[in-house]
Amino acid sequence: MNEMTPVQTTLKDWESDQEVRWCPGCGDYAVLKAVQRTMPDLGVARENTVFISGIGCSSRFPYYMETYGFHTIHGRAPAVATGVKLANPDLDVWIITGDGDALSIGGNHMMHLLRRNLNTQVLLFNNEIYGLTKGQYSPTSRVGTRSPSTPFGSVDSPASPCAFALGSGARFVARGIDVHKNLPNVLKAAHAHQGAAFVEIFQNCIVYNDDVFAPFTAKPNAAANQLWLAHGEPMLFDKGTKGIALDVKTLSLNVVDVVEGDWEGAGVLVHDQTNRTIAHMLVEMTGGPVALGVLYDDPKPTFDSAVIEQNRSASEGKTPDLQKLVSQGQTWQVTKQPHPM
Amino acid sequence: MATAVHKVTSEEAAANPPPEAVVVRFAGDSGDGMQLTGGQFTLSTALTGNDLATFPDFPAEIRAPQGTLFGVSAFQINFGSTSIETAGDAPDVLIAMNPAALKVNVETLKPGGLIIADEGEFSDRNLAKAKYDANPLEDDSLAKWQLMKLNISQLTLDAVKPFGLGNKEALRCKNMWTLGLALWMFDRDRQPIIDWLKAKFARAPELAEANIAALDAGHAYGETAEIGGQVGQLSVPAASVEEGLYRTVTGAESISLGLVAGAQLAGLPMFFGGYPITPASAILHHLSRLKEYGVTTFQAEDEIAAVAAAIGGSYAGQLGVTSSSGPGIALKTEAIGLAIMTELPLVVVNSQRGGPSTGLPTKTEQSDLYQAVYGRNGDAPMPVIAARSAADCFDAAIEACRIATQYMTPVMLLTDGYIANAAEPWKVPDMSGYSPFPVRFLEEAPEGGFQPYARDEKLARPWVKPGTPGLLHRIGGIEKKAGSGNIDYSPENHQAMTDLRADKVARIAVPDQDIEIGEVGGKLAVVGWGSTFGPITQAVRRARKKGLDVSHIHIRHIWPMPKNLGELLKGYDKVLVPEMNTGQLKTLLRDQYLIDAKPLNKVSGQPFRIAEIEDAIEAALGADGK
Repeated sequence: MNEMTPVQTTLKDWESDQEVRWCPGCGDYAVLKAVQRTMPDLGVARENTVFISGIGCSSRFPYYMETYGFHTIHGRAPAVATGVKLANPDLDVWIITGDGDALSIGGNHMMHLLRRNLNTQVLLFNNEIYGLTKGQYSPTSRVGTRSPSTPFGSVDSPASPCAFALGSGARFVARGIDVHKNLPNVLKAAHAHQGAAFVEIFQNCIVYNDDVFAPFTAKPNAAANQLWLAHGEPMLFDKGTKGIALDVKTLSLNVVDVVEGDWEGAGVLVHDQTNRTIAHMLVEMTGGPVALGVLYDDPKPTFDSAVIEQNRSASEGKTPDLQKLVSQGQTWQVTKQPHPM
Repeated sequence: MATAVHKVTSEEAAANPPPEAVVVRFAGDSGDGMQLTGGQFTLSTALTGNDLATFPDFPAEIRAPQGTLFGVSAFQINFGSTSIETAGDAPDVLIAMNPAALKVNVETLKPGGLIIADEGEFSDRNLAKAKYDANPLEDDSLAKWQLMKLNISQLTLDAVKPFGLGNKEALRCKNMWTLGLALWMFDRDRQPIIDWLKAKFARAPELAEANIAALDAGHAYGETAEIGGQVGQLSVPAASVEEGLYRTVTGAESISLGLVAGAQLAGLPMFFGGYPITPASAILHHLSRLKEYGVTTFQAEDEIAAVAAAIGGSYAGQLGVTSSSGPGIALKTEAIGLAIMTELPLVVVNSQRGGPSTGLPTKTEQSDLYQAVYGRNGDAPMPVIAARSAADCFDAAIEACRIATQYMTPVMLLTDGYIANAAEPWKVPDMSGYSPFPVRFLEEAPEGGFQPYARDEKLARPWVKPGTPGLLHRIGGIEKKAGSGNIDYSPENHQAMTDLRADKVARIAVPDQDIEIGEVGGKLAVVGWGSTFGPITQAVRRARKKGLDVSHIHIRHIWPMPKNLGELLKGYDKVLVPEMNTGQLKTLLRDQYLIDAKPLNKVSGQPFRIAEIEDAIEAALGADGK
């Protein structure tokens, strides 16, 4: 995106006239509100904003945004977005997807979008279930998930969206929760990042997978189980009584107690969002809190800028001339009399 | 030099009058550089002013095991002083670089035709690999042909000795020695080849010099007294063709140039999404070098991403194009449906190959016609255009761009492996003769308000680029409400929108069908499409010379069909449809016009021979075909 004068808008400006059709109580409503609330703060113009989605409950999202929107086909939003962004890099492109859309049918496209580093925001609504098709287990469902297609419980290991993103080469990885007040801040950080910004949003499916995230999202559990990261700040949670430290013997992250605020004494790590290794460890951390906020943010040149630059430099000093183009190669002139052999 | 005894009967001689054209087939191991040799021979032939057609025939394996039957790579060229439309039925000259090349190709050679064989490669080991019990160069088995056996391997080694190459590298110059001999036989200029070698080996001048020495030695071998008797120089006079500037072009080049021209005539940059697949990759290669024409090429992660990105490109206001072959088109099919539903322009090029599944990747077929016309879920009509030759690809591609942008629809452009690879002379078009068809994006709401699915007189919806203030809207693959484009599942709306999508395509203005050769009405029409153009033209021409009442009709607009086609076909007693499939256009014609179209099918991976169609014409007309 080119630097532009911030555009003044309000939340209402970002609401389309379409009736929102998610199940009552769905986490998607909260995400929609958070996005609509964030947009005015970004200072962007609605006409330069494009929401592109695949298929699934979350992928209805573009219809509800008063922007340009493209509800594409299952799993292919990253590929469509690639064409849109390369054709017009000035557009601000948001990709809306779900766990099945992004990691199952569209896993290949997601991997390549992230490794190429297309300058877009990816919001992956993870509800660990196929909602629109009525409740089958998804690639992020935990082992043992009972569903119409797995009546005896699922047996395959789930994918971890953020580990997938890091493994694919993503330069921005963050997490948020549908109903949490911090979600707009995560979205702002994603938007500020130049390159593919991957955001996993834990989203509750009230009908088919209700409360699957409650162990860390429910109010009574939140403090003890949510680690909100901030760049340059110590990794503290549970009202500062606990922190994350590095166990050098096992090369893993451990929960340590922090007594009377002495986090340094307890060996608590300070979050460095440019540290890829720590990001991997935060994603893989088991038994402790769930790492939330910006896990990793370390920009590098984007795919779209590289393509545009190569198009420019390869065209430099060349004048397009169709007549010349069709006349290229070894040519010969035929006159009325065939020339003698 | 040993020459086999002639046993050509007078009957055989009468069946093969001195040709106005000569067919030469270069055949060797897939590592012998036969495609390169053929390509360079083609260039020098074109420069001499002959009309020509070529047929590269190579295995799917990049380097099949040496000396094997399935590793044989061949290149056939037909050139002459008359109009040439096919690569020729039977070669007059076969150049066989090893026993396997001889075995695979010799039966196609005309009786009395000339075999030039590299006897240096006819070792016991190579003979065994080619499954020869005895050396055919030494027994009578090749007696109905002329045989010239030369130790090309040794002659090449001798010629390049001064350059100090290793044995293996030195032997790689064999193809240039052979080319040199062929150039002498047909009185071709060596200079273009020498220039090309110098450019190709600019960084390794000793290789350039060695190859040139081999080329010269082959030429000199022909010129000096070492070849005697019946094998002399054949002079094929230049064809009398239209005046103008000419070049050679392959179908892949011609499609690429046509797409660039089409985008320019529409006033649009082009976004090309592609994924490597034989035989379509060459289009991606060509376009990736043409950035100054506003072309962005994107090698996607798969076929689906290639088409999806092209749709994204169109949505953002460029001309989205994707290209593949049958298996890849199958993968793109769901996305093509999305382009139909969202009514965005898109050009899909299908360079057809033998199928189903992986099928015959390097061999040609026309078996994706059903796929193009019918092969999508839902009622999903889409225009289909077929190019008939390498040169014709240029205009066919422009036509595809015109329809896509004027009617807001994906368009399928069919070519095939034969057209994609084959080279032919092309009269360089005068670009000022092409009328532009500039796209007008909708930039502000019309009177009465903006409707994303409003219709113009062609039933096309407006094209709005994201970034345009005041025209915010959403599109997608769910059924659209007529006009507003909002989601609408209601029964009456789906009926109306399905009818509308069909009407839009059915009403596309395509030129009336004309007749290639012959008259309106008569005993027999031979109806073709795509790359069967050459053999059908020649067969019909020959049949008419014999006085048979037969006409040739060749269809470019497969869907929608020309408005006059039904009436035209009903004017003939019989309709014969030769196709390189099991009868797909035949089915379409029967379905559309209730006519008794008869199929003539070939799915061997090889183009039709003229004689095959000629025989079918005679059979259709019976003894008294006049």
